[in-house]
Amino acid sequence: MSGSILTPGLVGICRALVEIILGVVKAIFDALQLPGVGSWFVSSGVVVFCTYLIAALVMLLWAAMINLLLVLWVERKLYARIQDRRGIMLGFPWPWSKKYKSGMTNVGWGFLQNVADGVKLLQKENLTPAVADKLMFHAAPAMIVSSTLMVFAVMPFSEGLYYAKVSLGILFILASLSIAPLAILIAGYSSNNKYTLLGGLRAAAMMMSYEIPLILCVIAVVVLSGTLDPFQMVAAQERPLYGFLPSWNVFSIPQMLGFVVFFIALVAELERVPFDIPEADAELVEGWTTEYSGMRYGLLFGFKWLRALAGTGLMVILYFGGWSGPVFATFNVLGYPIPILPQEFWFLLKVYVSFMFIVLLSWSIPRIRIDQLLKIGWNRLIPLALLAILGATVFKTMGWF
Amino acid sequence: MAEFWINMGPQHPMTHGLWNMRIKVDGETIVDAVPIIGYLHRGMEKISEVREFQKVIVLTDRLCYVSSITWSHAYCLTVEELMDFEIPERAKWLRVIALELQRIASHLMWLAAFGPDLGLLTILLYSLRERELFLDLIEMMAGLRMNSNYTRVGGVRNDIPPEFERSCQRNIAYFLKKLDEYEKMMESSKTFLMRTQDIGRISKAEAINWGVTGPNLRGSGADVDIRRTIPYEVYDQIDWHTAVEQDCDSYARYKVRMIEMRESCSIILEALKKMPPGPFRAKPPRRAEGEAFRVTEDSRGEALFYVAADNDDRPYRVKVRSPIFCTLAAAPTMMIGHKVADLVSIMGSIDICVGEIDK
Repeated sequence: MSGSILTPGLVGICRALVEIILGVVKAIFDALQLPGVGSWFVSSGVVVFCTYLIAALVMLLWAAMINLLLVLWVERKLYARIQDRRGIMLGFPWPWSKKYKSGMTNVGWGFLQNVADGVKLLQKENLTPAVADKLMFHAAPAMIVSSTLMVFAVMPFSEGLYYAKVSLGILFILASLSIAPLAILIAGYSSNNKYTLLGGLRAAAMMMSYEIPLILCVIAVVVLSGTLDPFQMVAAQERPLYGFLPSWNVFSIPQMLGFVVFFIALVAELERVPFDIPEADAELVEGWTTEYSGMRYGLLFGFKWLRALAGTGLMVILYFGGWSGPVFATFNVLGYPIPILPQEFWFLLKVYVSFMFIVLLSWSIPRIRIDQLLKIGWNRLIPLALLAILGATVFKTMGWF
Repeated sequence: MAEFWINMGPQHPMTHGLWNMRIKVDGETIVDAVPIIGYLHRGMEKISEVREFQKVIVLTDRLCYVSSITWSHAYCLTVEELMDFEIPERAKWLRVIALELQRIASHLMWLAAFGPDLGLLTILLYSLRERELFLDLIEMMAGLRMNSNYTRVGGVRNDIPPEFERSCQRNIAYFLKKLDEYEKMMESSKTFLMRTQDIGRISKAEAINWGVTGPNLRGSGADVDIRRTIPYEVYDQIDWHTAVEQDCDSYARYKVRMIEMRESCSIILEALKKMPPGPFRAKPPRRAEGEAFRVTEDSRGEALFYVAADNDDRPYRVKVRSPIFCTLAAAPTMMIGHKVADLVSIMGSIDICVGEIDK
């Protein structure tokens, strides 16, 4: 299968970079007759610290800047097209473009719109309600943002582009994703507003009924693949199935039921439209985000899409074979093999296609009601998820898979 | 959980307009509901008393901003009865065409608002797009898109342009195709059925007792349509059907409006064929004496105008009976026992227009 662009891994590349930079720093201090300071800079503790700091920064920029803006753009452009609109059109004012010269800024592809919205939100006042529980009101956005970013600490984008290789990575991702509903409950309760309170309580009820089938489906996958390590899980899906299909879990018979349940639970987990009842904008104004304003609201709003990215990434790792792709060809640059279509490409392709499917779904059906949602969760999804575990266990013990 | 009151309004996405629905909730269940109105009161009835008969039409246009022609028409009909004045035959047919165009535009606006109430924003864009077709036709007819001031005491403002018939047929043929698409989109969605079926039930007897009229009453199984029961203009010369559904719930009200749009299309096409040539307007007398009231089928129900005059060129008293005013009073009956989310879908399904409630 195709390789990653970052063959030594993100951390490996950062380490090489840091060693070069710190070597230069050491040379400067040596030239200044300060050999002790110089050798402190190249000591392993400092090198490792700087390496992980820079790798974290790269990962943060990659996830929260590039992919968040891209995923927002995909959503806004796609649902505009579904609705027979052109969508966001504020483009880069390239100085050489004819449209820019003609003074039009609203004819581009719309990449700049999300940045402009962010800048607008930054300029707005950060209001805190007088009756709110200030500490928790301010803590909730931080909890949501940090727990979402925690996902990307272990979420691998390929064999090279990852921050930390954790053998219980899937568990860590699930745990980080399920902090957010708690923060939503805190946000809704501490705002001291009836709409946000209802939104927060709805989030709590949803957390109870949707985290469970989500995790049960993951157990069904784990029973068959025997690991919680995303790398081994992807490796287990790389061999061919029935001769012509890739052996992605979604194609294997014991996992199909689990996949359907997982997908529905994931849409609920991401608060997309059929299940977006915590912030049902028709009945609860903006739900639990009603009292937030300025960039605090911007973070809560934007990180919903980052959670969507994390959730679809988890789904791709579990069911769609992660970064395994069909192109083997590589070309050599200075004896260093560079894949034509690297693993990152396949992973992002799968993530964005499944995200676009969720967007299509959520802009073409109405929202369901809280009691119906709980009924679906407890009466349908949990029994089906248990059935999926049973099926996976039977297949595993009989050795059919 | 403790019961508490929530204000759904006046500034709330649920309210299409400016009104307030105070609900008492037990957790998510509504145990009590009180509609509070009056935020948009403009004193339209009182202002009418100092304006000449023709000039009141400007005000009646603004009674409901999505269904202006039907309201102006109700007023004109009443004043003509007050003056005992017969309008030319062609004007009657032109009025029927304008009324049905306005009815479709109004129902499309309702569909556009009903979608977001259920969380489906896409239908908003779709039905507003198709509403443009009918606003274009109204513009072609009257020269204005919204508050068109088309029907006048004594006829209509102007005749239709020669190309109107062709564009009307073309737009309606296109619209009927699109309407099938929307019906498919809404009704094939299980979530839509889950959110509308068996929600907001009001029985036929209760609906009649509360004074619910129009599509909402027909959704409760009562075959009452003023266009048929007390025919005005030329509705008795046209072959059309009343849309009646027996289910008494939000889905039935949705269904009635969808069928009504189709019926309106067929009425327009038939009226275009049967319309005789001739004058479209006659000069009415300036002064009138006595009192008159006429009831018409507005897009939301029975619109009743009462006009009294004391041999002056302006009315002595104008009284408007708004259909949604009465339907709103029945709303608590529909929603008690349902969830908070159902409040939105029920209020969406009865098609609120605050302009005509508050007058």
